[in-house]
Amino acid sequence: MISAGIDVGAKNVKVVLLRDGEVVSRSFETIGLNTQAAIDGAFAAALRQIGAGRGEISKITATGAGRKEVKFADGELTEVGASAKGVHHLFSSACTAIDVGAEEGRAIKVDEKGKVLDFAVNEKCAAGAGAFTEAMARALEVGVEKMGELSLKSRTAVPMNAQCAVFAESEVVSLIHAKTPKEDIARAVHDAIADRIVSMARRIGIEKDVVVVGGLAKNAGFIDSIKRTLATDVLVPQYPEYAAALGAALHAATPTGGQ
Amino acid sequence: MITYKTEPLKCWNKAKEIRKKFYEDYANAHAKGGIRWAGGAWSIGSIPAGLGPDVYPLTSEPYAASIAFDKPFSEECMAAVEKAGYARDLCSYMRNYWGSVILDRYAFGGKFPVPDFIWQDHICCSHAKWYQVVRDLEKKDIPYFCLDVAAGPYDKLTENKLNYLVGQLHDAIGWMEKVTGRKYDDELLIEAVNDECRSTSVWAEVCALNRAVPAPLDEKTMYALYVLGTLKKHSKEVADFYEELRDEVKDRVSRGIAAVAHERCRVMTDTQPPWGFLKIFRYMETYGCISVGSLYTFALIGAWEDKPDGTWGPRTTPLQKGIRIETRDQALRVSADWNLAKPEWQHFYHPRYKTDMMVRIAKEWKLNGVMLHYNRGCEGLTLGIAENRLGIVGAGFPVVTFEGNMGDEREFDEARTLARIDTFMEGLGLAKIS
Repeated sequence: MISAGIDVGAKNVKVVLLRDGEVVSRSFETIGLNTQAAIDGAFAAALRQIGAGRGEISKITATGAGRKEVKFADGELTEVGASAKGVHHLFSSACTAIDVGAEEGRAIKVDEKGKVLDFAVNEKCAAGAGAFTEAMARALEVGVEKMGELSLKSRTAVPMNAQCAVFAESEVVSLIHAKTPKEDIARAVHDAIADRIVSMARRIGIEKDVVVVGGLAKNAGFIDSIKRTLATDVLVPQYPEYAAALGAALHAATPTGGQ
Repeated sequence: MITYKTEPLKCWNKAKEIRKKFYEDYANAHAKGGIRWAGGAWSIGSIPAGLGPDVYPLTSEPYAASIAFDKPFSEECMAAVEKAGYARDLCSYMRNYWGSVILDRYAFGGKFPVPDFIWQDHICCSHAKWYQVVRDLEKKDIPYFCLDVAAGPYDKLTENKLNYLVGQLHDAIGWMEKVTGRKYDDELLIEAVNDECRSTSVWAEVCALNRAVPAPLDEKTMYALYVLGTLKKHSKEVADFYEELRDEVKDRVSRGIAAVAHERCRVMTDTQPPWGFLKIFRYMETYGCISVGSLYTFALIGAWEDKPDGTWGPRTTPLQKGIRIETRDQALRVSADWNLAKPEWQHFYHPRYKTDMMVRIAKEWKLNGVMLHYNRGCEGLTLGIAENRLGIVGAGFPVVTFEGNMGDEREFDEARTLARIDTFMEGLGLAKIS
């Protein structure tokens, strides 16, 4: 039996296919102006990887901010519910999940069965999300994928305000004019996001093990900042950006089958 | 799934009429030879009532909430206030009210009716500055009396603290006679104090009836009913209406009439809602979730006390205790004591008062969860909510928070709030009812 989880985030679509509980396919597509095309494209790519046809998928669960766009889904799960499920599957010891996507940061407290006990989500401001790093990378004129590597070279902490992405960008510009090394600015950006995310997570109470997922978890500089801010180690899965899609696929594989 | 019988409230239209008449009476007061006063909904309205039966108030917060409900007008008000140089993080009720003054447009038609005097309490910092600015904007030396009600919390009330407020009320009566040229009538005062006690106690009785499963009232409906107490709780008309409402709600409980046909989850909210987005309550109902009220709807005007069985119930009025008010001083002492006991005034002294009351509601009203509004529009009622949240979570109730603003729609993210409700409902094990 193959089940599918489709996570339609603010920026990317992620698809995970499970066969008898094992991940057999992952695919990813950036959403441009046509969300539907990105969903169809990502789903088709996932099917191609295992040479399966659409008819072979027993159930599909959609999640993410754009989950309503998956018209062919059998059911849906919220982003928080899907992340919790995915994280629990990956690390059964997880008590706290931190999920930072393009436009939203979430902290989720889960019980030993992966049930959501409490959660906190950032509000309107994108200062606690991946879009913030992208904006700062643009200001620094470096590729977003280089930000992590760059910030790990930093030896000096520079304070930065992360209450507002717009103000932070003007701070970055000031730091550039002050000839602050780029690696220190990159670290300041990650420290600022980590401060904001951790302070949000503290509202629900942080308990070990802490697992970090979402696209920003691929950024080693951000993970380093999170560890320093939390003063504890964190667990990061191999494919952190697929955690919610995995949770959705697991949901689809349950006896109620994505309902 | 259980399906309960529902019915519209019979007295609904009457409530609407009373509210409409309130705003018309204020606007038309001068045409009838009457007096207009303006001030906060928590100002002790029974005191000016002694000036005569033709004294009409405009209470600022419900007036500003009415503007918030009218989004285009509210936007104009906000723009006018910001253009005048006032910051957008001030109390949003105050900004809506000031905008209405600056634009010289009354939300219920015509020019903004300037009050003859201002009768204001200083329960929060915005209340303390509100009418100072109104006087500046009107470019008129409107007589202004402010009451300092910082005599709480009620569980630490002493005779001296009570005297502090009673003394101000005595001074206020002399001042009102001077600025209006009218002779004060103690009989009208006594009548108003008795009616204030009656209306606020009966409103609490109505809210207590919402313990029933299914709940006879939902909070969105309650907003349209409690508001009468914020307009003119000292009037016979409002006290009589609340008795009529109580009898109808009692009847609904006895016949099992529900506010929400598929009630299967009960929550409460907190503070003023985002008035332009009350549809979030209807959205919750798609999950079979009803908000049965809040400390805000129960106790902004409701008068409560501990009952012998340990539950929270309507405060016993002086008349119910067999106390007949016969003198001005006695009336002022009863009124001061009654108002200082207001539950919604206590948490200005410490958040723990509010946490205790909220946990009590969660238990006694059999709730499954709590939705807290981090209301950027009201510092007074929002300060301490994060601490309340911790207390409620600690008591074992799931809590979801959402940010918004009671009076400034620009600070409310509807899509994200609905997404948060979805997540909360999912966590409570609820799916939408098809």
